[in-house]
Amino acid sequence: MSLGRRGFLQFCLGAGAGITFSPLPWKLMDDSCIWSQTFRGLPIEVPVPPVGEVNIEKSVCTLCPGGCGISVRKVKNRAVKIEGTEGHPINDGGICILGVAGLYQLYGGARVKSPLKRAGNRGEGKWEEISWSAAISEISKKLSQIRRNGSAHTVACISGKDRGTVPQLFKRLLTAYGSPNFISMPSSEDTERLGLKLMQGEDASVGYDLENARYILSFGSGLIDGWGSPVRVFRANSAWREEAVKGLAKVVQIEPRLSNTAAKADQWVPIAPGTEAALALGLAHVIVKERRYNKDFVMNHCFGFEDWTDNSGKVHKGLKRMVLKDYSPDVVSGITGISASKIVAIAREFTRAKRPLAVCGRGKGSTPEGLQEFMAIYALNALVGNINKTGGVRALPEVRTTAWPAVARDAIAKRGMSQPRFDRAGTKAFPVTESLFNQMHTGKGAYALSALLIDGANPYYTAHDKTAVAEALDSIPFIVSFSSHMDETAQHADFILPSHTNLERYEDVPTPAGLNVPIIGLSRPVVDPEYDTKHVGDIVIALGKSTDGIADSFSWDDYESLLKETMGGKWDTLVREGYWKDESYSPAAWSSGFKTPSGRFEFFATGLYKAGIRSNNDNDYLPRYEPVVLEGTSDSYPLVLIPIETTRLADGAVANSPYLTKTVADTVLRNNDIFVEVNPKTAAAYGLSEGTVAMLKTPTGEAKVRAHLYEGVRPGVVAIPTGLGHSAYDDYLSGKGVNANDVIGTVEDPVSGLDIAWGSRASLVSI
Amino acid sequence: MSAQDEKNKAAASSPIVIVFFVVGLAVSLLVGWSIFPKLLYSQKKQPIDFSHSIHLDAAGDCESCHYFREDGSFSGIPELSNCVECHEEAQGEDPEEIKLIENYIEPNKEIPWLVYSRQPDCVFFSHAAHVNMGELECKTCHGMIGESDHVEIYEENRITGYSRNIWGKSIGGFKSNTWDRMKMDDCAECHDEHGTRQACFVCHK
Repeated sequence: MSLGRRGFLQFCLGAGAGITFSPLPWKLMDDSCIWSQTFRGLPIEVPVPPVGEVNIEKSVCTLCPGGCGISVRKVKNRAVKIEGTEGHPINDGGICILGVAGLYQLYGGARVKSPLKRAGNRGEGKWEEISWSAAISEISKKLSQIRRNGSAHTVACISGKDRGTVPQLFKRLLTAYGSPNFISMPSSEDTERLGLKLMQGEDASVGYDLENARYILSFGSGLIDGWGSPVRVFRANSAWREEAVKGLAKVVQIEPRLSNTAAKADQWVPIAPGTEAALALGLAHVIVKERRYNKDFVMNHCFGFEDWTDNSGKVHKGLKRMVLKDYSPDVVSGITGISASKIVAIAREFTRAKRPLAVCGRGKGSTPEGLQEFMAIYALNALVGNINKTGGVRALPEVRTTAWPAVARDAIAKRGMSQPRFDRAGTKAFPVTESLFNQMHTGKGAYALSALLIDGANPYYTAHDKTAVAEALDSIPFIVSFSSHMDETAQHADFILPSHTNLERYEDVPTPAGLNVPIIGLSRPVVDPEYDTKHVGDIVIALGKSTDGIADSFSWDDYESLLKETMGGKWDTLVREGYWKDESYSPAAWSSGFKTPSGRFEFFATGLYKAGIRSNNDNDYLPRYEPVVLEGTSDSYPLVLIPIETTRLADGAVANSPYLTKTVADTVLRNNDIFVEVNPKTAAAYGLSEGTVAMLKTPTGEAKVRAHLYEGVRPGVVAIPTGLGHSAYDDYLSGKGVNANDVIGTVEDPVSGLDIAWGSRASLVSI
Repeated sequence: MSAQDEKNKAAASSPIVIVFFVVGLAVSLLVGWSIFPKLLYSQKKQPIDFSHSIHLDAAGDCESCHYFREDGSFSGIPELSNCVECHEEAQGEDPEEIKLIENYIEPNKEIPWLVYSRQPDCVFFSHAAHVNMGELECKTCHGMIGESDHVEIYEENRITGYSRNIWGKSIGGFKSNTWDRMKMDDCAECHDEHGTRQACFVCHK
C-alpha cells in the first residue's frame, strides 16, 4: 500500500477534519487574542500597578504654587494615584488635571538620574556621570575661585519662586557669598505685590476673598483656566454658579477671547487686547461721576482721590480729576471696543452689587501686568470700599516662622553686596522692583555674570523671546542647574545637580497667590527617591559648607532639620494636618490705617516718589492706561497675537504631562501641528480656512501653524495655546507644536521694568 | 468513460484510500488533544513544596493566612513576614523547611510564588465583593487546594503567560467543577445566575 497523491490528499482531509474537532485551532486563536492584550516592550507600555497593601500618604502638591493638599495612594513604595485631600482648606478633596497626572513627574522618562557634568558642547546632550562629592567639590571650587578674584557679585541665581525656605536658602548663599543677584522668575504676583506696597503700604500678597464675593469683575483672569490656586477658584466658581441661578451672583469676564472662563461667565466682554486698564478707568469715571463710590472709605481713608497740595504748595492731580477728564465712556469705548452704554451699565452693576470684587492678572497670571494697570483695577475695589472687607481684597501677610541666624558677612561679602544688582532692580532705573529677569536678555544688564545657579525655573522655555534668552544664558561661562528633569535649561547647563521631585522631598509651601487667609503647607516625601538625587536644600547647604569663607552661615546638618527649626511650634501641626492655617487672622480695620506715607489707601502712589522716581508728571503716580507698545509695525504685522492659557496644558517650569496633552482637542494639537485660533472674518481676509497650514510671523520669530476658525476670538486677533512646543524632556513631550514664548517678545513696564508683554504683533500667511 | 476514469473511480472508492483519511484524522486528533497541550504549557516548580493541609490544620482556616486587611482589601498570597511569624527558625528537618529558612527567611527575600489564579491585568477582581458580600466559599474558585499536601506543578501558557488553572486544565474547556476554569465566561455564568450586573466595567475598570 503506497500513499500516492490520492492517499496524501485523503490524509490531509482527515487531518483537517480531525484538527477542527480538536482544541488546537480554537485554543491557539484564543491565546493569541490574550497575548495581544498583554504586549510588553512596545514604545507605549501600559504601567501595571503592583499588588499589595495600600497606604495613603498626605502631602502638598508643589507642581504649581496653588498649595493643594494631596493624598497619595501607595502600594509598598510605589505611588499609584494622587487624589485631593478631603477637608483641606484650599482644595477640599478636589484636584486639578496636572496634579492628578503628577506621578509623571516622578516616574516619567526625562528624570536626571545622577549628577551630570557636561562632556560635549553646551546643549549637545553629552554628559558624564559624576559623584555627588565630586560635583559639589568642583562647583564650590569654581565659586571659591570667583570669590577670591573679587567678582563675587557676578554670581547670580534664578529661582522659580521667591517665597519659602528653599529660595531663602539660595538668597542666603548669595548674601554670604557676596552677590545681590537673586532673581525670581516673574509673574503677575510681582506686580500685585508692588502695587499693594504702594497703595496699602504692605509687603504682602493680594488676597481675594473669592468665596464671599458676589459680583466678580475679572480683567482677563482665567478663573477656571488655572488662575491663582486653581482648585480653590474652581470651587468658588461652582458656588458663584449656584448663586447666579438664584440671581445672587454674577461673573463678568473681560477678555479678548471666549476662554472657558468667559464661556462659563454670566457676561463676556470681548475687549481689545491689552486695554483692560482703560476699561477699569472708564468704569471709575462712571462711578466717580455718578457719585457711586463708597464715600466713607474714599473720603476718610483714601489719599489722592481729590487733588492735593504738597508741602511746597504745588497742587497735584487726584484720581477724580484724572478719570473725569481722560476716561469718559466715549473715549474708553474708542480704546477698548466696548460700547459706552455697556461701560456705564457694568459700572452701575458693579457698585450696586452686594460684595463686588475686581480681579486682575491675565490668564494664569504667568506674565506680569503693568503696575499702573494693576493700580487701575485695584482702585475699583477701593472705590466700592471692599478693601479688607468680606468678599473683597486684603493684604495677606506671610505666616511668621522662626528667623534664621544672621548671615555671617566677611569683607568680600560686604563688598559684593554693596554692588548694584546686575538687572538694575532696586537701582535708580527701577527703584521699587526686587528682581528683573527680563533685563538679563534684553541686554541691559549692568555687568556680565560669571556664574549662574538655576532652580525651579526653566527660562529657556518659559521666558519670552527664546533667541535672546538663549544668547544671554549662553554668554554666562558657568551654569549649574538643580533640575529633576532634563528640561530645556538643564540641557544648556554645565552641571546638573538633580534635586528630588515634589513627591520625594520636604518643603514648605507659603500662602498661594490670591488666597484669602494666611496658610503654610508642608510638602512631604511620600516615596523613597527613585534615583541618585538630593534635596535641593541639602545641595545648597553642602555648597555653602564647602565654598571658601561662607561655611559659618550654613551650620544646619541638613534641610530637614532646617525646615523643622524654621517651622518651630507649627511643625507638629504641619506633620499631622499637612498645613498650618492662621485661624486668628482677620484683615485690619480701615480705622487702624494703612502703612503708606500718607497713612491712607493711596490712589496717588506717593511711595513711588519716595522710592526715587523723580517724575513731575502726576500721571506717573496714578492708575493709568498706558498702551503697551508691541514691537513691529501694523503694516508688516497687521494682527495681534495673544496666548491661550488653560489648565489642560501646564506652561511653567513644571512641564506638561503627556497625559494632559492627550486631553486637548485636535483643534489645539493634531499630531505635531499646533493650531492658532483666528476669527472667520480674519481668516477670510487672509485666505485661510480650517486647518490651513500657515506661517505665523512676529518680530521675535516665526512658526509653522495651522489655522482653527473660531468665532470666540476677536477679529484681527490670533490666539496661540501655551504649554506646547518643548524641545527637551522625552519623546512624549518634545516636538509637539510650538512654544508660544518663542514668538512673543518682551515689553518693559516703564515703572517696574518687568516684562509685561501680553502678546505680540503678528502676521499669518498661508503656505 | 475511458479506461483511465474507470481506474480512478475504483481507486477512489477503495477502502485502502479511506484508511489514509482515518489515519490523518487519528493523527490530528492525537496532536490536537494530547501533544498540543504538552507543547503549549511549560512546567514550572514552585520555589517551595508547600503543604496547605499542614498549615490548614495548624492555622484553622484559609483566612488565617489569606486575610482581609482593615481597609477591606485582600492580602492574597502571604508575604514573607507572615511566614516568619512561625518559621523564624526551622521547624523540623524537612528539606523544604531548610530551603525556606536558607533561601528566603535568612536573606529576608520574598518567596516568588507562582500564582495559579492570577488574572490578567485588565481584570479587576475584588475578593471583598465575592467573599464578604457574595458569601462565596474559597473552594468555589480555588477548589480543594486547601487540602493538598504538595503544591502542584505550575503550568504556564507559553503564548499568554497565564496559568493553566485559569483555562485549560481540561484542554477541551470542559468543566465538572466550578473551580476548573476561571475565564470570563465562567465569571459571567455565575454573575448571570446571581443576577449580578454584566456590564463590562464591573470587571474591566
